[in-house]
Amino acid sequence: MNSPKYNTPPLDQRSVYLRKLVVRALAGGGRGHIGSSLSLIEVIRVVYDDYLTLDLQNLLWEERDRFILSKGHGCLAQYAVLADKGFFDLDELDKFCHNDGILGGHPEREIPGVEVSTGALGHGLSIGVGISLAARIKKKEYKTIVVTGDGEINEGSVWEAAMSAAQHSLENLTVMIDYNKNQSYGFTKEIIDLEPMLNKWASFGFGVIEIDGHDVNSIKSCLNSLPIAHGKPNAIICHTVKGKGLDFAENKPEWHHKSNITDEEIEQMNDCLNSKQLKG
Amino acid sequence: MRPTSLNCVYELAQKDKRVIFIGSDLGAGVLEDFKKNIPDRFFMEGVSEQHIIGMAAGLALEGFVPYVNTIATFLTRRCFEQNVIDLGLHNTNVRLISNGGGTVYAPLGPTHLAIEDIAIMRTIPNMTIVSPADADEMRRFMMQTLDYQGPIYIRLGKGYDPIVSTDKVPFKIGKGIPMREGSDLLIVTTGITLSLALEAADKLKNKNLEASILHMHTIKPLDKEILLQMVDKVPAVITVEEHTIIGGLGSACAEIMAEEGFRERKVFKRIGIEDVFPSGYGKQKDMMERNGISAQKIIKTAEKLLET
Repeated sequence: MNSPKYNTPPLDQRSVYLRKLVVRALAGGGRGHIGSSLSLIEVIRVVYDDYLTLDLQNLLWEERDRFILSKGHGCLAQYAVLADKGFFDLDELDKFCHNDGILGGHPEREIPGVEVSTGALGHGLSIGVGISLAARIKKKEYKTIVVTGDGEINEGSVWEAAMSAAQHSLENLTVMIDYNKNQSYGFTKEIIDLEPMLNKWASFGFGVIEIDGHDVNSIKSCLNSLPIAHGKPNAIICHTVKGKGLDFAENKPEWHHKSNITDEEIEQMNDCLNSKQLKG
Repeated sequence: MRPTSLNCVYELAQKDKRVIFIGSDLGAGVLEDFKKNIPDRFFMEGVSEQHIIGMAAGLALEGFVPYVNTIATFLTRRCFEQNVIDLGLHNTNVRLISNGGGTVYAPLGPTHLAIEDIAIMRTIPNMTIVSPADADEMRRFMMQTLDYQGPIYIRLGKGYDPIVSTDKVPFKIGKGIPMREGSDLLIVTTGITLSLALEAADKLKNKNLEASILHMHTIKPLDKEILLQMVDKVPAVITVEEHTIIGGLGSACAEIMAEEGFRERKVFKRIGIEDVFPSGYGKQKDMMERNGISAQKIIKTAEKLLET
């Protein structure tokens, strides 16, 4: 399925800036999941800017909301936001994947602001179910957000977790699917067609909504109106574009991940983002 | 052993609010009182082992101590990646109670035989592996699981094994228990093979052979110190396990011994299931005997080793 016809606003200054931080890390590490991170920027930005309640001075504050990036390979988007918010120094981006850096190609729990180590797909939602049940048992109000990829939900464990979340009526649990319609090899519809995506989650017992995953206001208002349906876990299908913001990389499978990134490629990426910044 | 283990979980849950029970579509009526009296900490999930390990890890990250129970094969193979990452990597305080370690499910055929569970779980950093000899030892062990750091794989034998363990030596996770002293050979056991070793040692005495027995209820971390102390005193060592000889107790002991320089030559043999899928059905005891896990086999092996 193509995305519904959204009137996606142009990237604003903050969205461009966060993408430039991603490029900074790519330059530092010389590698990284590019397309998979750029589709996520607005989702993660809004989650951190406008939804999660966190305490930077007390990262393990018990009342904090929990965020799990189940598609761990999209970590550059999370690193950009965490660095910008001061969870760690921006300089760490330059040491992405370095021996002396704290940021690796998949997020680890030791990184300030990261709840769960991910990378192998299909783990995050089950862990989210456990964390969400813990809130219920402890009578806490915190919310749990899990972000999955679209290719990721090929994993059967995701649907085991989905059935459990619905069985336990986990209204405080939200899964956001980064539906960029591409997986590593190519288009999802040509590998494992995920349609009808909305009906799948609905039939598994979720309250479901689909949104433009690059429209900051749309993501914000969606998150602020949770739960979608009383007594049900929430699934937000975020229609996104893989490689969003880099015109030459959008929807190109070869930009899913790159290693040995050249200085010219970094320059090309920065030029593209600079041109958007000027327009913005 | 299984009822004792589960009853201990209920007992611990009554004392400590961190205790959670998670089953994977277990038999009707399991821990009914737990479910009735502490419903918010009792979960009977579906047939979804990958999920329940992740869910348990999530609860553990929030300070709970989940005890997860299902059949050993499903709790190890099916969800191995979850065991590695969600439990091992995160070093979460999850306890896996595995029904039917070894050949307990002999009548049910090869899909239900957990003969490589120790081997695969042993490769996971932070994972502790405990296989008590009987229900009494299970109880002594279970009472220590609440405040132990990191995930534990608990291997259950069958339901009503003879009581052969001792409480004369205080039970401590990670500490082997010397059961007999003898100068001719050492038999190292885990789980229910302790009873076979005791029987074999009695019979060997009639043949003027004195066997030491070291019971390794904890296979990981293996008590290297006591193993080497006892190996040092004898010329021959036999390990006995209800498990493939690849990667289990025998391998663990061999790894330690091979790296140790002994003053005198040692001979060594692993007793367990050879590199095959055991065929046939019958009772656990029948299958063990068919695969050479018996007191008789220990005696023959001892005699042969000591001839050389």
